[in-house]
Amino acid sequence: MRDPSRPASDLLLQVEDLKVRFHTLRGVVHALEGVTFHLRRQETLGLAGETGCGKSVTARSILRLIEPPGYISQGRIAFEGRDILKLSQAEVRALRGSQISMIMQEPKMALNPVIRVGRQVAETLLIHQPGLGRRAARAQAVEMLAQLGIASPGRMARRYPHELSGGMAQRVMIAMMLVTRPKLLIADEPTSALDVTIQAQIMELMKDLIREIRTSVLMITHDLGIMAESCDRVAVMYAGSVVEEGPVRAVLKNPRHPYTRGLLKTVPDNANPDQPLFSIKGNVPSLLRPQTHCRFAPRCEEAFDRCREEVPPMYSLGGEHQAACFLHHRAAPARPAGGVGAAEAG
Amino acid sequence: MTLPPPGRSLDKEELRRHRRRARRQFLTDSLILWRRNPLMIIGSLIILGLVLVAVLAPFLATHDPFDQILADRLLPPTAGRWFGTDSLGRDIYSRVIYGARVTLAIAFLVAAISTPLGLIIGVVSGYIGGALDELLMRCSDIFLAFPKLILAIAFAAALGPGVENAIVAIAVANWPSYARLARAETLSVKNNDYIRVMRVLGAGRLRIMVGHVTPMCLSSIIVRMSLDMGTIILTAAGLGFLGLGAQPPTPEWGLMVSDGRDFLVDQWWVSTLPGFAILVVVMGFNLLGDGIRDILDPHQRQGR
Amino acid sequence: MNGPGRARGSGRTLLEVGRLQVHFPLREGLFRGRRSVVKAVNGVNLDLARGEILGLVGESGCGKTSLGLAVVGLAPVTSGRIEFKGRSLVGLSGRQALERSRSIQLIFQDPYSSLHPRKTVCQLVGAGLRIHGLAQGPRVDALVLEMLERVGFSLEHLYRYAHEFSGGQRQRIALARALVLKPELLILDEPTSALDVSVQAQILNLLKELQAEFNLTYIFISHDLGVVHYVSHRIGVMYLGHIVELGTTAEIFLRPRHPYTRILLSSLPSLDPDNPPQRQVLEGDPPTPINPPPGCPFAPRCPEVREICAKEKPELIHRAGPDGHLTACHLSSA
Repeated sequence: MRDPSRPASDLLLQVEDLKVRFHTLRGVVHALEGVTFHLRRQETLGLAGETGCGKSVTARSILRLIEPPGYISQGRIAFEGRDILKLSQAEVRALRGSQISMIMQEPKMALNPVIRVGRQVAETLLIHQPGLGRRAARAQAVEMLAQLGIASPGRMARRYPHELSGGMAQRVMIAMMLVTRPKLLIADEPTSALDVTIQAQIMELMKDLIREIRTSVLMITHDLGIMAESCDRVAVMYAGSVVEEGPVRAVLKNPRHPYTRGLLKTVPDNANPDQPLFSIKGNVPSLLRPQTHCRFAPRCEEAFDRCREEVPPMYSLGGEHQAACFLHHRAAPARPAGGVGAAEAG
Repeated sequence: MTLPPPGRSLDKEELRRHRRRARRQFLTDSLILWRRNPLMIIGSLIILGLVLVAVLAPFLATHDPFDQILADRLLPPTAGRWFGTDSLGRDIYSRVIYGARVTLAIAFLVAAISTPLGLIIGVVSGYIGGALDELLMRCSDIFLAFPKLILAIAFAAALGPGVENAIVAIAVANWPSYARLARAETLSVKNNDYIRVMRVLGAGRLRIMVGHVTPMCLSSIIVRMSLDMGTIILTAAGLGFLGLGAQPPTPEWGLMVSDGRDFLVDQWWVSTLPGFAILVVVMGFNLLGDGIRDILDPHQRQGR
Repeated sequence: MNGPGRARGSGRTLLEVGRLQVHFPLREGLFRGRRSVVKAVNGVNLDLARGEILGLVGESGCGKTSLGLAVVGLAPVTSGRIEFKGRSLVGLSGRQALERSRSIQLIFQDPYSSLHPRKTVCQLVGAGLRIHGLAQGPRVDALVLEMLERVGFSLEHLYRYAHEFSGGQRQRIALARALVLKPELLILDEPTSALDVSVQAQILNLLKELQAEFNLTYIFISHDLGVVHYVSHRIGVMYLGHIVELGTTAEIFLRPRHPYTRILLSSLPSLDPDNPPQRQVLEGDPPTPINPPPGCPFAPRCPEVREICAKEKPELIHRAGPDGHLTACHLSSA
């Protein structure tokens, strides 16, 4: 977590108006409709949302991992000022693994089953620092495993992925992704597949390591609890766009978008067992048509006519807290409106 | 545990309408995928052509395929005799046309015998497991130890010459591969939740094997069958060539290729043209089989 | 010595489990030398009253799923007894198994693999009716539609295929399938773990409504303590094949007595960024149920372990707190 006493430093990542489409049998799926957010150095931004909201697609877009039938139709992803979408293949490959790394949900699936784990971690180093030499790379790999709380890291390095438990495999994956000390770590549901006690362990370790390496983190999760504990800021996504963004305390304690409010109410943790759980009526909309109005409107208790006719822009609500909802139409828009359905200020 | 009271009577017409709509969606999706695959279109057209030729043989042939006119022996392809004549003066074109019927009959009859046989044995073996599985698989191992053509030859030789015996021989050599395939699919599927839940619902083994496991094997079986057609035809042709399958004067393509053996250099058309027919049909089945596999692959179908 | 926890009078006891062991043999390589055994369930006592919702929580390898599978006959009972309304559920013949399936049903965890990909919703939900000869032909369709409407579907869904539905919808289809037979006991194996939190809310509400309407009894298996807290009347905490604590929901959450339960409760992420939980982080890896050591199963990782713990396995009995709150720990004294 970022030390609040440090001055706000440079922008590390700026995603602007990202649009991604997929060709399917049934038509074109508009997976991302103008996703915009930013991430500063040494900050952890949570990307929250449910299945189908587009958070994984966003993550893969940053690493230019969208393959046909998907394609990025519009947008800019500025990493340290350079637009990733305009780089050559070779330049993107140089970025991946050394400047930008990604941890995925199922660690055992991401590890090569026939190569010992120590070598896999070391290989990441060697790809980007070929002059390092095998021995030095191996030593650093073992060191990283130790930092992730693995007892006897030397012995662990000689194991194969199938010999590891889920928690161990995830630690190896984290080691692999952090050994090059990247500037940006994308964590796509890193603990969803793990038991809750292991999850707690891993989150603690990650926090320490992230602080030490001073990397920024894009934490993708559907678990609001993880978000609360590990992120500085949060961007809530729904059906392909960001609907609310802001410091984690502000968003969780004072949500300003009806979807965020609804989502927080559906969590059973503090619910009264004698009352039915709050549930958001309706279903997630189909993404087969481009966005022409607020996608949450059909399910929103507070929707009115304008919501069904135009796309709401992001309104600034003070202190970096923003929400894309016409309920705040008196607030100033957070950025000049662009793309589909432009709306005027005020 | 009493039955619930009779619910409101459903409009049968409504039900039928919904059922039809669902089926239409499936067909539309299949058609889209078919159209996308040019090779499959070619394959389908070839096989369609084969069927049409077989059905319309009397209208397409120019001469009687059995008619021997010794004065017209070994004539090259000309205007009157499109494919020329063979060593007994029979019109090769007409024999190729009528040969389509024999080819088609052999291909489909072999498939009709060996595929269901292999499927049943494979599913039962895979699902019930244990000693029965061991027994059935050792049996199929014995068959699989021999190359299919050799096995077919052996059985054909034992049964005696003739098309019917050839069909049986090839079918017998063929069933083990389907059994293996069906067993593999069964093993991979039988511990899935959607099968286990049937046991929880009280279903017996027979119901599960027939109604739930077999449908999951069908895709691979169908694909294998389409791809196998080519091999079946070649095997039949091989048997015919060796004199073990179709007997003269039946216009079977393999037999016709064999007949032309002695004239390969100077009267190339006697062997080559029936051989070409074999080539085209086998290729057609291969393309069709590949295309069917692509269509039935569930990943292609997903709308998301 | 107190017997296994009795819930609200034995006259209404629906299910009784006594000293249940569910072991799976592992074949070690080609040569059957030393054979290992996975002791998925390693001595469980449990009582379930009619109309009750019992939550079973624990992490992977604790045996909660195997316990549920054993009750419906999908996992082998190595020893011990399971009795439903007084009749044994162990080693049932074909006809007896058929009868069991009228009374006890199971909902699987993964909605994406519990519905046959080649069957329509009508065929899926109506399967039970056909198997038990309760209806034929269009009558099946009518009964199926009734149940589907109860869980939120309509006529247009009847002839669709599973892949056209989302996870939450699939679980509702699975529920309709199980309930069309009007069972008395429903075992739910992590029914909402694969679902989004907003969909989860819908399903949990539906489960509670159905329980009240059809007078069902649930065994609700989950690793999510928040969900279990909302749904259950009583909770059993499992670790490595044993129940280590059993009590009412309130007792378990407010006054947990077993060290593992306390750690589990403290591991929950909190939604309040201002109040980070006082977390006790559990060291080490979860053990595997293969050839477990003697003594308390939690001893190797317990922060409060004593000498006796590794030697003698503590029984699940009443040691402290109200009657019915059972703990399997030497340190929790009466």
